[in-house]
Amino acid sequence: MLRRSFLAALAATALAAGSVPAAAQETVKIGLIIPLTGPFTTTGKQLEAAARLYMQQNGTTVAGKKIELIVRDDAGRAENTARIAGELIQNDKVSFLAGFGLTPLAMATAPIATNSKIPMVVMMAGTSIITERSPYIVRTSFTLGQSAVIIADWAAQNKIKKVVTLVTDYAPGHDAEKSFVDQFKSKGGETVESLRVPIQNPDFAPFLQRVLDAKPDALYVFTPSGVGAILMKQFVERGLDKSGIRLIGPGDITDDDVLPGFGDAAIGVVTAHNYSTDHPSAKNKEYVAAFKKANPGMRPNFASVGGYDGIHLIYEALKKTGGKTDGDALLTAMKGHKWESPRGPISIDPETRDIVQTIYIRRVEKKNGELYNVEFASFPDVKDPVKAQKK
Amino acid sequence: MNTGNTVQDSVTALKKKRAWHWLEYVFWLAAAASVFLLPSQHALLTQIAIWSLFALSLDLLLGYAGIVSLGHAAYFGFGAYVAALFAINFTGEPITGLIVAGIAAGLLGLATSLLVLRGTDLTRLMVTLGIALVMYEIANQMSWLTGGADGLTGMPVNPVLGIFPIYFRPANSYAYVLIVCFVLFFVAKRIVHSPFGYSLRAIKGNPLRASSIGIPNNLRLIAVYTIAASYAGIAGALLAQTTPVVSLTYIDFQRSADVLLMLIIGGTGYLYGGVVGSALFLVAQKFIGNITPQYWEFWIGFALVVIALFARDRGVFSIFERILGALRNDKAKP
Repeated sequence: MLRRSFLAALAATALAAGSVPAAAQETVKIGLIIPLTGPFTTTGKQLEAAARLYMQQNGTTVAGKKIELIVRDDAGRAENTARIAGELIQNDKVSFLAGFGLTPLAMATAPIATNSKIPMVVMMAGTSIITERSPYIVRTSFTLGQSAVIIADWAAQNKIKKVVTLVTDYAPGHDAEKSFVDQFKSKGGETVESLRVPIQNPDFAPFLQRVLDAKPDALYVFTPSGVGAILMKQFVERGLDKSGIRLIGPGDITDDDVLPGFGDAAIGVVTAHNYSTDHPSAKNKEYVAAFKKANPGMRPNFASVGGYDGIHLIYEALKKTGGKTDGDALLTAMKGHKWESPRGPISIDPETRDIVQTIYIRRVEKKNGELYNVEFASFPDVKDPVKAQKK
Repeated sequence: MNTGNTVQDSVTALKKKRAWHWLEYVFWLAAAASVFLLPSQHALLTQIAIWSLFALSLDLLLGYAGIVSLGHAAYFGFGAYVAALFAINFTGEPITGLIVAGIAAGLLGLATSLLVLRGTDLTRLMVTLGIALVMYEIANQMSWLTGGADGLTGMPVNPVLGIFPIYFRPANSYAYVLIVCFVLFFVAKRIVHSPFGYSLRAIKGNPLRASSIGIPNNLRLIAVYTIAASYAGIAGALLAQTTPVVSLTYIDFQRSADVLLMLIIGGTGYLYGGVVGSALFLVAQKFIGNITPQYWEFWIGFALVVIALFARDRGVFSIFERILGALRNDKAKP
């Protein structure tokens, strides 16, 4: 029996060894680790769809190498992300790690990227500190501070003096609150009250009553996308829309993916973000059309452009190194790279490896019977404000 | 047949039960061999071992004492956070971290057992669920200490006992986890085959009769709840030491539900149910997940329904038993 189990184990090892293809030198593999099950599935789906779309549009041969995308589900759990990253490097010999739907998932993988000198492209997670955790991390999504600070600037410039903030009570919510309050104060605005809503039970009614009593010029809101719908419904039910209080915030609350389901309550909400499905460039129109064609029933959102541009950055880096997959060379190639994304002109900051992009101010409007974030002002070349402050 | 003989017979029977089954030797030898033979799967095997230990701690409650819990992740997550914070603030030596985490989680178990043991199954489900939700919210709120939703990072992992490095050494860290699991399984086996263990089964079988033959029901249940919490805390600490981040998912409802799922798939009341269940669950997650990342949960759900219908008591193990039994019957026939 003992021998049998040994044989079984041997057979399994042989199988595992056999699964590494012989043509390893000719293929460059990208390991895309995203949440495809669990509560953050929609993010993962957007990232995967966009990554596949880019490869479909641009072919799978770059600098003479064949590109292979390996998609893995981490269910939003950090220990899975770290394990899968290790396995992809050790067993599948990937040259890039990409994806990372949430901050802890990226944080768990950072030491692995450093240790194995493999470029790690963060396509979604938005906490400022992530890029400082490894010299091999680049980010193609956004940082929370970018939108929060810009909407504060915009509010201060547009006769909004008194604001109440309402955020979901978890770390990104706290960041969104602090970034906004600090910036708004420095521009002469006043935050009269800061409210925090529990993450588990998002009933906004009692909080909205307090907002009504405080009579601010605007209510600043940050919630995970999806929860925004409940808030807007209650905002209208409580009559806040008629009280002259404006609803502003970072673009997460009016996520393009779920916005069509919000109903007319969302019309007039002003947000700041890096991407809108409605962005009026030729490049974006083409992107949206292709995305919708490949994924019926889905609308590309800000997560999707992170995935699309992430794969673009990997392609361009490989072109620059002539197909060489040395981690340091690839990082050098990525730093300072500039290109035209569906969201507009973007670049990778050579110092922080973080994204530099235009942040747009948008208002929710109805176009052809569907709700869109319609851009009406823009702040070009926005860097991560948290890192800028540290200098 | 006199009474002396009957007592002698039952003692022999109990000793026989306590002795190791040949399958157990095979299992642990295979586990030890996997350190050398399956280098490409160490990360997965490490996770299986940790989930097994976590499921074992739940088995002590559910399989032996009959306490149902929907919030066992509370102790797992607490142990993980304690281990990480201890490593950051005092020493990164893993064994010390495990001991501290085990004691801390045990104390939490002791304190909360008083709440859990009131009432019946349904009440217990609610209370355990509530405790886990409270712990989750505490970890979320105290983000200055725990990192909240961003996770807790920067935990140093020094060599075990100062000589055996496990940081970024998948083989070493798997061996370390395996040794810890082996020791704790060994202890658990002694516990469930001790008079204490049998008294738990008596309580599970019929609490009224158990107390009427002089078993202090509540004290015994408090003791096993404390031990189980401590085991869960150590499992959490192991996961924290082998993953460079502790996050809220260590303590969320999904984790409590998953461990229960694994235990039920593997079967309760024989210690190895968690191993079988977690191995099947994680291997399925990995290999079905590699083929169809979005739909592996469907197959897990499907398997659960099949097991619930055909193999309730001992999970997939009873399917093996039935097959073995059928084979034996075939042999017995001429």
